[in-house]
Amino acid sequence: MFELIRANQQRSAFLVAGMALVLLTLGYAVGEALGAGVGPLGLFGGLVIWVVMSLTAYFQGGRLLLAISRARQIDKTDHPILFNVVEEMCVASGTPRVPDIWIIDDDAPNAFATGRDADHASVAVTSGLLKLLTRDELQGVIAHEIAHVRNRDVLYMTMVTVMLGSIVLLADIGRRSLFYGSRSRTGGRDSRRGGQAEAILLIVVVLVILFAPLIARLIYLAVSRKREYLADACGALYSRYPEGLASALEKLAGSTKKLQSATTATAALYIVNPLRVTARGLADLTSTHPPTSQRVRILRSMGGSPGFSTYEQAFKRVTGRAVGVIPLVELAAERRPAPPRTAGIGDPRTLLDRTREATDLLWHLQHYAFIACSCGTNLKVPPAFAGKKIECPHCSRMHAVPAVPAAEADEARTPVE
Amino acid sequence: MTGIVILLLIVVALFFVVGLYNALVRARNEVKNAWSQIDVQLNRRHDLIPNLVETVKGYMTHERETLEAVTRARQQAVNVSGNLEDKARVENVLSQTLRSLFAVAENYPELKANQNFLALQEELTSTENKISFARQYYNDSVLRLNNRIEMFPANLIAGRFNFEKAQFFEVETPEARQAVKVQF
Repeated sequence: MFELIRANQQRSAFLVAGMALVLLTLGYAVGEALGAGVGPLGLFGGLVIWVVMSLTAYFQGGRLLLAISRARQIDKTDHPILFNVVEEMCVASGTPRVPDIWIIDDDAPNAFATGRDADHASVAVTSGLLKLLTRDELQGVIAHEIAHVRNRDVLYMTMVTVMLGSIVLLADIGRRSLFYGSRSRTGGRDSRRGGQAEAILLIVVVLVILFAPLIARLIYLAVSRKREYLADACGALYSRYPEGLASALEKLAGSTKKLQSATTATAALYIVNPLRVTARGLADLTSTHPPTSQRVRILRSMGGSPGFSTYEQAFKRVTGRAVGVIPLVELAAERRPAPPRTAGIGDPRTLLDRTREATDLLWHLQHYAFIACSCGTNLKVPPAFAGKKIECPHCSRMHAVPAVPAAEADEARTPVE
Repeated sequence: MTGIVILLLIVVALFFVVGLYNALVRARNEVKNAWSQIDVQLNRRHDLIPNLVETVKGYMTHERETLEAVTRARQQAVNVSGNLEDKARVENVLSQTLRSLFAVAENYPELKANQNFLALQEELTSTENKISFARQYYNDSVLRLNNRIEMFPANLIAGRFNFEKAQFFEVETPEARQAVKVQF
């Protein structure tokens, strides 16, 4: 636990420094864009913005982001179940202080956590989330958010979000001044002397202004995906029920509603991307979140005893990557007694797989049809639907149910005690 | 020269031992804190039960035995003072009687329409969950402490400074692991 937090803090420091570098370069470039020789002043401006933004983010970032997201704080009488679920997850994770709880009045289901540390943390959920999810699913989502709080992701995410916002803003100013300022630049001065050098400088300035937001976002991406996986792993560990989070993520991803108050800067805070992107391939490349379907598959293949090591194995199995997401120290610290082996030695199947196999056999005995939907769901269709068409409850694709031979169907209709 | 090197080595070794010692203390305090968390939740449950019995009494006229069993189990749980095993045993009994109380409550539609009862049911469900989560966290902390005490290199100093392995809070039956489930 502590090793994980320390590793995360180091990465945070690195990223905040990287952001500072981008901001300073951008400041210089914007200064140059405003007029020749103003560069150093712009550099200084960038530094001032960075210091002010860091301090603001550190002390007020949480409140700021909550205000931007139009959240309102609630107390226990407003929503006792939400409060209880948050308290439960705090108990499970050993978090001494229960975070402030906020609600965003929006039908799009989503949630995020913010704040400086566990003592100044807030958790915000949308009213759509509360309507859509069952208690177990809500618990999964809250476990994920509390994991962000415990892992100190909240500070990092809050600071980087605020800085990303200011970089986008500054680049915008730069673009405008380039557009309006370019005439006075070329017309007002003697263009023979150092004209070429100035032209190169101008190109660099333009490039920096154009690409700074992109670079800043890439830095942002570098670790935010890994953090999402880590928070999933911790969430599963706290709730000891990965299926809750998995089915919640599935529901959230299935929703087509767009969160009104979310912006590109705040998008990465949320548990699933609040801005719906239509181009899937592109979304996977630049998204702050790992593809939700993959997160669901990892959680579902964790099997019987949720823990860091089972998540790590599931991650490697699903993604096919050799390097996992859990720090080695954590895996070493987690030495649990070996789970009892009921199947033969070397059986790669998990307990969940074996349970599935057994229940599938029971369904088969009752003449249920099995349809594997391309969204990953396995539909078990009651015999009454034989020969008809049904809709996948997750992705709404239509499937034709194969007709069962009459004799078998008759047999199937006899009541089973 | 060699004197300085030896001194340096001693200082480094000292820091190392201090680090190990502090890690052990941290793990031990975590276990203590986790235990107090369980206690908080158990007490909360003890406080809620009289209210529940009071609310339910008017409706469940035919379930006197169930109600008495709950009250009795609560009394035992409040009075128990002793080791972990005794405590775990009586609290498990209380969990079971509560479960059967909520099970028979299903037969009383008027009771299930009572706002007060519903609120109490949510509170107790949540408290049940918190107890099991607190127990889970406690056992995790115990595991961490015990691992530390047993594993090299901390095992070299654990005995010297009287660090003792802590006891797990076991649940007897597999069903007892599952708290009172309520469908929403």
